[in-house]
Amino acid sequence: MTRRAGFFQRLSSTQIVYLVALATLILGVVLVNSIGRSFFSPGNISSILTGTSVLGFIAIGQTLVILAGSLDLSVPYVTSLASLIAAGVMANNPNNILSAVLLTLGTAAVIGLANGLIVARLNVHGFIATLGVGLIISGYLATNFKGSFGQTPLEFRLVGATGIGPVPISTIIMLACAGLAMLLLHRTRVGHHLYAVGGDIAVARTSGIRVDVPVITAHVICSVLAGMAGLLLASRLGVGSPTVGSQGGYDLLSIAAVVLGGTLLSGGKGTITGTLGGVLIFAMLDNIMSVMQVNPFLKDVVRGVVIVAAVAVYARRRIVSRPERFPAKGSTETPAARPVPVEGP
Amino acid sequence: MSTALNSDRSAILKQNRASRSERLLRAMRTPGGAVFILLIGLLAAIIVLNPSFGEPSSFIRFVGRTAPIAIAAIGQYFVIVGGEFDLSMGSVVTMQVIVAGNLIGQDDSKVIPVLVLMLVLGAFIGLVNGLITTLLQVPSFIVTLGMMLALLGLVLYWTGGAAQGNPADSFRQIGRGGIRDVPVLDIIPYPVLILTALAVAAFILMRRPFGRMLIAVGDNPAAAALAGSRVWWVRTRAFMISSLSATVAGILLVGYAGVHPSVGRGYEFTAITAVVLGGVVLGGGRGWVLSAAAGAFALESLFTLLNFMGVPATWRDTVQGAIIIIAVAAASQSWQRKRKGASSAAHDEQHQLAAAPPPAEGTEQGGERV
Amino acid sequence: MRNNSVRAIALAAALPLVALTACTTTDPSVTETTGAGTGSPAASSPASQDWFDQALYDTQNQQRSATFEGDPEQPYLQYIAGAMTDTSKFAAQGPQKVCFANASISNPWRQTGWITMNQQLKALQGSGVISEMETRDAKDNDNTQIADIDYFIAEGNCGAFVISPNSTAALTQAVERACQTGKPVVVFDRGVETKCATTFIHPIGGFAWGIDTATFLSEKLQSGDKVVALRILPGVDVLEHRWAAAKKIFEEKGIQATDYFTGADPTEIKKIISDELATGDVKGVWMDAGDGAVAALEAFEDAGKPLPVMTGEDEMSFLAKWKQTGIDAMAPVYSNFQWRTPLLALEKIFKGEQIPAEWVLPQEPILVDELDEWLQRNEGMPGGHYAKFGGEDLDGYPEVWQQRQIP
Repeated sequence: MTRRAGFFQRLSSTQIVYLVALATLILGVVLVNSIGRSFFSPGNISSILTGTSVLGFIAIGQTLVILAGSLDLSVPYVTSLASLIAAGVMANNPNNILSAVLLTLGTAAVIGLANGLIVARLNVHGFIATLGVGLIISGYLATNFKGSFGQTPLEFRLVGATGIGPVPISTIIMLACAGLAMLLLHRTRVGHHLYAVGGDIAVARTSGIRVDVPVITAHVICSVLAGMAGLLLASRLGVGSPTVGSQGGYDLLSIAAVVLGGTLLSGGKGTITGTLGGVLIFAMLDNIMSVMQVNPFLKDVVRGVVIVAAVAVYARRRIVSRPERFPAKGSTETPAARPVPVEGP
Repeated sequence: MSTALNSDRSAILKQNRASRSERLLRAMRTPGGAVFILLIGLLAAIIVLNPSFGEPSSFIRFVGRTAPIAIAAIGQYFVIVGGEFDLSMGSVVTMQVIVAGNLIGQDDSKVIPVLVLMLVLGAFIGLVNGLITTLLQVPSFIVTLGMMLALLGLVLYWTGGAAQGNPADSFRQIGRGGIRDVPVLDIIPYPVLILTALAVAAFILMRRPFGRMLIAVGDNPAAAALAGSRVWWVRTRAFMISSLSATVAGILLVGYAGVHPSVGRGYEFTAITAVVLGGVVLGGGRGWVLSAAAGAFALESLFTLLNFMGVPATWRDTVQGAIIIIAVAAASQSWQRKRKGASSAAHDEQHQLAAAPPPAEGTEQGGERV
Repeated sequence: MRNNSVRAIALAAALPLVALTACTTTDPSVTETTGAGTGSPAASSPASQDWFDQALYDTQNQQRSATFEGDPEQPYLQYIAGAMTDTSKFAAQGPQKVCFANASISNPWRQTGWITMNQQLKALQGSGVISEMETRDAKDNDNTQIADIDYFIAEGNCGAFVISPNSTAALTQAVERACQTGKPVVVFDRGVETKCATTFIHPIGGFAWGIDTATFLSEKLQSGDKVVALRILPGVDVLEHRWAAAKKIFEEKGIQATDYFTGADPTEIKKIISDELATGDVKGVWMDAGDGAVAALEAFEDAGKPLPVMTGEDEMSFLAKWKQTGIDAMAPVYSNFQWRTPLLALEKIFKGEQIPAEWVLPQEPILVDELDEWLQRNEGMPGGHYAKFGGEDLDGYPEVWQQRQIP
């Protein structure tokens, strides 16, 4: 017992995430083989990776926002809006691709800026700020779009439909975005400040950090990545759709993936690599359940149980021992001085 | 606690008390009080647009139909003020609705046993949410999200998606019926009585040690733990209250609307929105329980107003989104001012004694000022 | 550095995946599949802002009184005479594997159909037509369903495809990719914007529903009377067509109709009706789907107002309430038995028989004189069951439907 605890303690949470992913993989191989299929066949790999792309984009952005101590519930609506703008502006003309992409990402960035400003300047909790912005966009979508809209040209649709071997281009772009986000977090000042602000905003402030900047940056990037997800969906669907974001339930699912990836929901601790692991676990789980033809209602039960169980594994560890970036916090703290309080870990 | 100390304190408190009207005015300037003004404004607007709404019999029906969401908001308040979230509320409502439909059927003799079973189920779900959150240290957002998915999935799997049908009328009377032939009001719906009873109970509960401890835990769990609170048990009880209130909301909704798997959908977000609109701060430690219920009424009035104004239903989301952002932004500015002491007039220092002991942790903005 | 080791571990974990996949470079069949997509202007002409389509309206209006080929005892096999598809090239020996890409089973109508389909499947497995049916459920998600279809194409080893599209424009290209495999493709319920499928099975359609219901209400009501229209959600073609037709007729007849979206939630429905009753009299209620009809009627009861003229659906809870209250009503039908037809169509396809290119199934509303019969035929069924489910002759009737055994 003690030895196991020791082994566990030496692992970082990201390492545990990938151990869980590995366990899921092994489970998948066994189960899928048991019904005479191959888990590693190109079609299956492609199916899993496709499953990671859209959620991946959003979860990367969500990681940044959560690290900064906020949340983003507006992502599904930003994604839908992005798909509509992209398909609407392209209108099946390849010459419009560049302008459509720029306009889409620009709009997403503006929404992210609004989210960030409301959270950082007006001191509204991220949950409420982004829920509100999400609702505002949702009303706009429901009023102005009554079904699919626009069309993306063939050249653009290829992005969502092509792969290098079984690896879809979209997954590669998603991983590239993940790489950029990692660079931002680990190599730039804003990245370091993001961790600091999420860890303890009071400490960050007293150390002379302008706490607004990282929070707003995280929100802008998150919305832009949700916009990227919208572009990808427009490419895969060939049209824009006002419901495509909410269909995926990407708000709660992305938060679940981030936490599954070992990031602290209260902010300040976590990695993009972990999040990618979380997304991969979800994608494999979905894939296995689909191949096994699990009853659709029971799929949700499994998902729910896995989310809680997996997070319980990290969370238990966290209170046993963990090198703290900002030490001397209680086991269940919520720093009292926070103007934007978040629940305890 | 010695009685001497108590009487000492109450003497000081008495001395500190401003006149009733002054206190009321002060309360109205806080976010938790402002919601009542918002509510009155909305109701007035509705009555201007549609005078028949102001008739006592129409109005009491409006209160009756808003009771389930107000009860859910009261339950959600306990969790939020303790610093947590309960996202499983909607699924609990749906589950209870379907349980009632399938287990009671048309058999009147099963009403009481199933009612008991539903309450036990509700308490049990809250217990599980609470224990996983507190003992396993999983964030409540994740615990209750998992519970939301798992619970709804299980219920739909069990029933094949659709319930057998509406339960016996005697059971539905709880949410649909009322005391008839009342002068002026014409009818007092049972949901109004249940809401009133629960609101009073919640109000009293918040003034008792449990309520104060809950606020302390939400404000600063570490300090509360050091002060001797059993943080895990306080929070777990809050989750149980939340699930139980969702259960009561479910019982009322079975009566009001009937059984359908979409009853309760989105209840968690509506309840959280209502609580927040009531000036309760996400993250815990601040807010009044009755303001949460008022938040629910404000939200429902808003929808009714938009309806009467002829605003297309599709714009409803947008208005709701804008309102909650504005309300919370305003509340957060106000709480902050209070914290910084900028609005020191609100504390009327002239009444303070130099020897006054500092108020106990968490009671500063507790329920006692309502 | 800790971060480096983290990345190393991550890479190490991801590597086997990548390595194993890199050697299998057969291109997934996704690239070349845009033939009709580019050249179909009808596909997504500027937002479907206006769902009304006069040509479609006229066609469906005529089809309401069309003669259907085949035995009326088996409405799920009836069709309107028209262009036929020659399926001789699909003729096959022995049981075939069927791959079913389902949009979802997220509402009682789809659940009822799904139960019927599975019982039909068992029958066809027994008679050696189908070896197995592999099903993927997209949970109302376009993107998931596209991936499901691509998975079937790559891995399913499918003898035939059955697709119930989640949405029309978005699924078009995926269906085209399925067609390109050279296997039979059967599309049912909502359509897609390509004619490549072997057959497209659907009841007459939303306009016919709208015409049936709105005509009924306008005949019973006076010009100037108020009708509340309760709609589930915007943007789904089969539902939007129902309202587009009804709205047109209401406008023509001077009926004052107000529409609301309810999400099929009876709580919403009851609130809406209560508010409407508070502002004035409501003479009629129109629904684009019957769930929640009971709540609408109860709102009238609780407000002590006379019950309205109403159109619901062949959902059992509505039929029972209709019977109990004796209101003036009708139940339009979006034939649930269409869930049997795709598998029966495949049976014909595997035999090489001709089948209709567009298989239009009957869609007959239930009128008051048939109410008792349909209630009796479906006795003991749950509230969310649909009267015209058409599975009375299948094994497991009635227990499987009564207990709603969903595989």
